[in-house]
Amino acid sequence: MILSNANIFSQWLESTSGLGYVLVLILIAALYLGFFAVAGLMLVLMERRVAGFFQLRLGPNRVGPWGLFQTIADALKLVSKEIFIPKQADKFLYKAGYYIVIIAALIGIGVIPFSRQIQGFDINVGIFFITAVSSVGVLGILFGAWGSRNKYSLIGAMRSGLQMVSYELSAGFAVVTVVLMAGSLKMTEIVEAQQSTWFLFKGHLPAIIAFMIFIIAGTAESNRVPFDLVEGESELGAGFHTEYSGMGFAYFFLAEFINMFIIAALTSTLFLGGWLAPFGITDGLPAQWFWGMFWFFLKTGVIIFLLMWFRWTFPRLRIDQLLTLEWKYLLPVGLVNTVVMALFVWKDWLIDLGKIFGS
Amino acid sequence: MIDLKNSVQSDIKTQEYFLNMGPQHPATHGVLRLILKLDGETVVGIEPDLGFIHRGIEKMCEYDTYRQIIHLTDRMDYLSSHINNEAVALAVEKALEVEVSDRIKVIRTMMDELTRIASHLLWWGVMGMDIGALTTFMYAFRDREMINEIMEETTGARLTMSYNIPGGVMFDLHPGFPKRVKEFIKHMRQVLPEYDRLLTGNIIFQKRMKGVGILKKEDALNWGATGPVARGSGLHTDIRKRFPYSAYDRVEFEEAVEEGGDNLARYQVRMREMYESLDILEQLVDNIPEGPYQMPMRNLIKLPKGEFYQRVETARGELGVFIVSDGKKNPYRVKFRSPGFSNLNALLKVGLGWKIADLVAIMSTFDFVIPDIDR
Repeated sequence: MILSNANIFSQWLESTSGLGYVLVLILIAALYLGFFAVAGLMLVLMERRVAGFFQLRLGPNRVGPWGLFQTIADALKLVSKEIFIPKQADKFLYKAGYYIVIIAALIGIGVIPFSRQIQGFDINVGIFFITAVSSVGVLGILFGAWGSRNKYSLIGAMRSGLQMVSYELSAGFAVVTVVLMAGSLKMTEIVEAQQSTWFLFKGHLPAIIAFMIFIIAGTAESNRVPFDLVEGESELGAGFHTEYSGMGFAYFFLAEFINMFIIAALTSTLFLGGWLAPFGITDGLPAQWFWGMFWFFLKTGVIIFLLMWFRWTFPRLRIDQLLTLEWKYLLPVGLVNTVVMALFVWKDWLIDLGKIFGS
Repeated sequence: MIDLKNSVQSDIKTQEYFLNMGPQHPATHGVLRLILKLDGETVVGIEPDLGFIHRGIEKMCEYDTYRQIIHLTDRMDYLSSHINNEAVALAVEKALEVEVSDRIKVIRTMMDELTRIASHLLWWGVMGMDIGALTTFMYAFRDREMINEIMEETTGARLTMSYNIPGGVMFDLHPGFPKRVKEFIKHMRQVLPEYDRLLTGNIIFQKRMKGVGILKKEDALNWGATGPVARGSGLHTDIRKRFPYSAYDRVEFEEAVEEGGDNLARYQVRMREMYESLDILEQLVDNIPEGPYQMPMRNLIKLPKGEFYQRVETARGELGVFIVSDGKKNPYRVKFRSPGFSNLNALLKVGLGWKIADLVAIMSTFDFVIPDIDR
């Protein structure tokens, strides 16, 4: 039924026409929405368990087996809560805020290849598309904060704007170094190019620098400690979503976790070979789509754990330190690194395990 | 050469605005309200608004007997409750010219130091939280729990102990006290370096702390700052060293003084004080002398006419108790000189010109307990 190398979703679409085509489109969208909700909830649960692990406590373990249903119960509670809109709020912007944030996060997921066969849509500028879409999310934060007429929200949103504009650049340059190696912006081709060696090892020195820059910039873009100035709960209460309650708050919260997932997924796709098994150890097995997802989620999970490790260890930066780090250190290093990588690719100084072992 | 910085600044018109920080704000650690005047994120004016937890403790004291006053002092700086109790007890003993036994002195001193460590531990945990490192809180509370258990075993209470009474302490030490304290000392000596690895050595932490919120020596002196805040600015203000009370004249310890005057200096003072407190505990735990734990004293205490003053070093600084007696069973007037109130004045001097995030960190290193400011 499932061909080894074709995208499942495009197969479904090709096999139908007319009304069926539309139904399949809706089905795919529903699948993604379901994944979005489940992944968001599970990430929140994982965060709380990891936090417990780091903080000498257990974390949620009462609702369902190992506390698996805790976040579902929380979500139900949030759904049932009143959505309170401040009297002076600009209601349109206030509501537009969380829709923009969540739609931006949702579109971003569509391009990420979970395995060779499972990917929402594989456009030829995939990585560029994600970079573009993820920076739209900040508009939602700005809208929401401006709309809610709260000075704390506004300070948070201004910080968010600064942070996003700055760190997009570094993340972009880190992506460019990888694209130089892959020779393509298409997500599947980037992964396929790592068949013999993952880019983290293939590009050795510049790739490792790019990896580190990407992790730092990604942490900043997903507004997590040490770059969580946008929320900065000890300074700003709750930052940009101070005035949000019920599902309004939950949308921001979910979008934040999905953004973290996107960053981790991008890291594993760009540097750690995405769905590819290390040394191809599961290549001969049946159900390749499953093994692809298995490796992809394993790698993504490791990166997510790393991000959570940051969160529960580091203090927060100050706004000027944040900008200093970006404009004085990361960006120049990233620029030089891109040039170095171009040189390496040109002179073919890359490490290709496939060539070395002759396989 | 064009002054680039100023030329850019002068072209941009910015408007200052007010931000109401508190009384319910996570960083004010209670119900302190600061009205901040901000230029962007830079603090250009601070106006404190006090009184949200004012309970009139000083006035209430005028209607209570000297034995009852002690229970009120628990509720001022609740993290140094034992030391507050001791201040009143010492003042009353001074007025009556009662010399307490060595055992009482040693018990009080040990409890003081345990209280001080507990307070500093809580401060350390919350300090981490204030600058965004949430994990410190749990670590600090794990270790603070050991002190609470020691306290509970002997005094029956964990936070507001009311353990001191005029002329002694309420109960004798629990037989397991020395063993537990020894265990605690051993444990603390292991975890304090761990704290340094977790927070102090972190580069972000160092950048946030070093050179931020400098309190000059003169300002500290002028504004009456005491405790770790003043000692972070190089002032030797430790009452335990300058005006020894209880058993502090018979133990050897170093007064933790740092010259920097910045956040890091205040932080280091408190970290060092925890080590010093452990030293004091170590010297005393094996040498608790025998003797009565209460001196014989009348049930209804009447002080002679006159004015009496006693100062002690709480975890936050100098606490002064000033009692005016007219010979009756109640004091005519009681005045507490609380460390937090004077330190708050110094904060208003220090906090200007820094970002909001820095103000939060500075407030954290000043270690306010709001009931201590308001009373």
